[in-house]
Amino acid sequence: MAVAKKTTEQTDIAEETQIKPFTMNFGPQHPAAHGVLRLVLEMEGEIVERADPHIGLLHRGTEKLIEHKTYVQAVPYFDRLDYVAPMNQEHAFALATEKLLGITVPKRGQYIRVLFAELGRVLNHILNITTFALDVGALTPALWGFEEREKGMEFYERVCGARLHANYFRPGGVHQDLPAGLADDMLEWCEELPKFLKDLDSLLTHNRIFKQRTVDIGAVSKEDALDWGFSGPMLRGSGIAWDLRKSQPYDSYEEFDFDIPIGKTGDCYARYLVRMEEMNQSLKIMKQAIEKLEKTDGPVKVNDRKIAPPPRAEMKSSMEAMIHHFKLYTEGYHVPEGETYTAVEAPKGEFAVYLVSDGGNRPYRCRIRAPGFAHLAAFDFMSKGHQLADAVSIIGSLDIVFGEIDR
Amino acid sequence: MPGDALRDLADYIKENLDNHVGAYEFKKNELVLYAVRSGICKVLSFLRDDKECHCELLMDITAVDYPERAHEQGTGRFEVVYSLLSLRHNHRIRVKIYTDEFELIPSATSVFSSAGWFEREVWDMYGILFDGHNDLRRILTDYGFEGHPQRKDFPLTGYVELRYDEELKRVVYEPVKLTQDFRYFDYESPWEALTDVQLPGDEKAMSPAHGYKAAKKAAKKG
Repeated sequence: MAVAKKTTEQTDIAEETQIKPFTMNFGPQHPAAHGVLRLVLEMEGEIVERADPHIGLLHRGTEKLIEHKTYVQAVPYFDRLDYVAPMNQEHAFALATEKLLGITVPKRGQYIRVLFAELGRVLNHILNITTFALDVGALTPALWGFEEREKGMEFYERVCGARLHANYFRPGGVHQDLPAGLADDMLEWCEELPKFLKDLDSLLTHNRIFKQRTVDIGAVSKEDALDWGFSGPMLRGSGIAWDLRKSQPYDSYEEFDFDIPIGKTGDCYARYLVRMEEMNQSLKIMKQAIEKLEKTDGPVKVNDRKIAPPPRAEMKSSMEAMIHHFKLYTEGYHVPEGETYTAVEAPKGEFAVYLVSDGGNRPYRCRIRAPGFAHLAAFDFMSKGHQLADAVSIIGSLDIVFGEIDR
Repeated sequence: MPGDALRDLADYIKENLDNHVGAYEFKKNELVLYAVRSGICKVLSFLRDDKECHCELLMDITAVDYPERAHEQGTGRFEVVYSLLSLRHNHRIRVKIYTDEFELIPSATSVFSSAGWFEREVWDMYGILFDGHNDLRRILTDYGFEGHPQRKDFPLTGYVELRYDEELKRVVYEPVKLTQDFRYFDYESPWEALTDVQLPGDEKAMSPAHGYKAAKKAAKKG
C-alpha cells in the first residue's frame, strides 16, 4: 500500500510542476532590445521554443520618400538608416548613383571616403561591442567606449558639421575637402585608440562571465549562414572568408593593405572576436588613407558643374556658377535611364542599394538592402532551444539597428 | 562592357534553363535574367546548386511597380527582383519575373530560408502574393494597416494618421488632415518642359533669317 501511495503522490507532483508553454512579450521598450524590437517569445520554462520578432515600429517609408526627392535630397535619408555608421550608408547610394551617371570620383575624394567609411566601422564596432557587453552584464566597456566614440564623432563634426547626420558623401565625391589639421588629429587618434582596444580586450576577451554568456551561444554553421543570407561579421564569424572590400573593391580599396579576420565557431564569441580585430584592421586602413591623402592633391568631387555644385567663392562672382548652384538644388541632375545593384561592406554587412532610374531627376525606385534585416530574420532559428538570457546575447551579437531594419 | 566570363555564364544558364529563362541582358555590366513566374524556384535552385553559377546567397528580394504596364501583354504591373551572390565565383546575378496583383508566385522559402522575410516585405509593400509561404503576414506596417504603401498609386502621405487622445486615453486613428495642401514640386526645367510649345515670339528665335547668329553666319558666307 505504501508503495502505491507514493506513486500517486509522485504523479500529483508531476501534474503540478508541469509547465505550460508561455508566451512572453519582450520589448519594444526593453533596453536589451537595441531599439524598438518587439519579440513575442513562446517559452517552455526558461527555454525559447519560438521567437517571433515584430519589427516595423520605426518604419518611416524611406524608400517611398526617396522616390519623391531628387538624388541630392535623398542622401540625408541614408544617415537616418543605420545611424551608428551614417557615412557607410551614404557610400552605397553615392556609388550607385555614380554608376548610373557613369562618373568616377577623383582619387582624393575616394581616399577621403575610405578614411571616413573606416572611421564609421570603428565607431560602429565600438558601440556594438560595448553595448553587447552591457547586455551580458559588463558596464565598464560601455562607459569607456562611449568616450572614445565621442572623439570619433568629433571628426565627423569637423568634416561636415554634424555628429550623426553627416550628408557628407555625395554622388560625385564628398561635400568638401578636409579642414586644415583634421588629418593630423585623426592620425593621432588612430595611434591612441589601440590602447583603448587593448583595455577592452583585457576586460572582455578572457573574462569568465563574458565567455560563459557568449561561447557556444547562437552558433551558426557555414551552410546555415549562407542559407539565411548573412553578410559582414556574421558571415565571417561562421568561418567564411568574404569581404566586399577585398572581393569587389570600390573606391580604391584594392590599394590598401589589410586583413580579413575570420571566426571559427560561428557563435556570439566568434562574432565578437571578428569585430575586435576588424577595428584594428580599420585603423590600419585609416592610417594608410591619411598617408595617401598627404601625397594626393586635387579635387574631392567630380569637376562637372552639372553634377557637383560650384564652390561658394565662385558663386559670388560668376553668374554661371550661380545658375548651376540654383539648378542643382532645385531641379537636381537627371540620371540616365538604367538600374544597378550596388553594395558596400558596411560595418554590419552587405548594405546595398538597388537603384532604378527612368531618366528623371528623381529615382524611380530606390530599394535599400539592409544587412540587419536578414540577420534578424534568422533570429528565430538562432535562438531556438536557448535560454531567455541567451536570446539577449544573440540580439547583442547580431548588431541590429532599427533605423536600417525598419527603414 | 561585361566580362567574357559573365557573358559565357549567361549563355550557359540560358542553355540549361531554356524553359524557364526567357531572356537575359546586361545592365551596367550586371547580369539580369528574365524568368518565367511558375519556374522561379527551379531557376533559383539551379543557380544555387549548379557548379558554374554557385550562388549560395540570396541577398534580396524586392519589387518595382510600373502601373502603366498593367494592360500590356505578357507582363504585369510588377517586376519582382531576386538578387543573388556567388561567393565562390564572385559574381552577382539578378533574376526578374513579371507579375500583377492577382497572380501567385511560388515562394522561394523552400530554396533559401532568407526569402521568408523578404517575401513578407514584398507582400506588405506591394501586395504580391507568394504561394507556399507559411507565414505571409505584414512585416513593416502597423497592425491592422490597409493598403500597400510602395505602390505608385498609394499617396505619400497615406490615408490615416494617429495621435494620442487625452480623453479616450488611447491612440486614435483618423483620416489624414493636411493643414496645407500637399505640394509636389516639379522642378523640371521650364526650358526643357516647353520644347514642344510655341509661345508668341518664339518664331523669331527659330527662324534662321532673324537674330545676330544668323546675321553672323550670313556675313561669314558672304
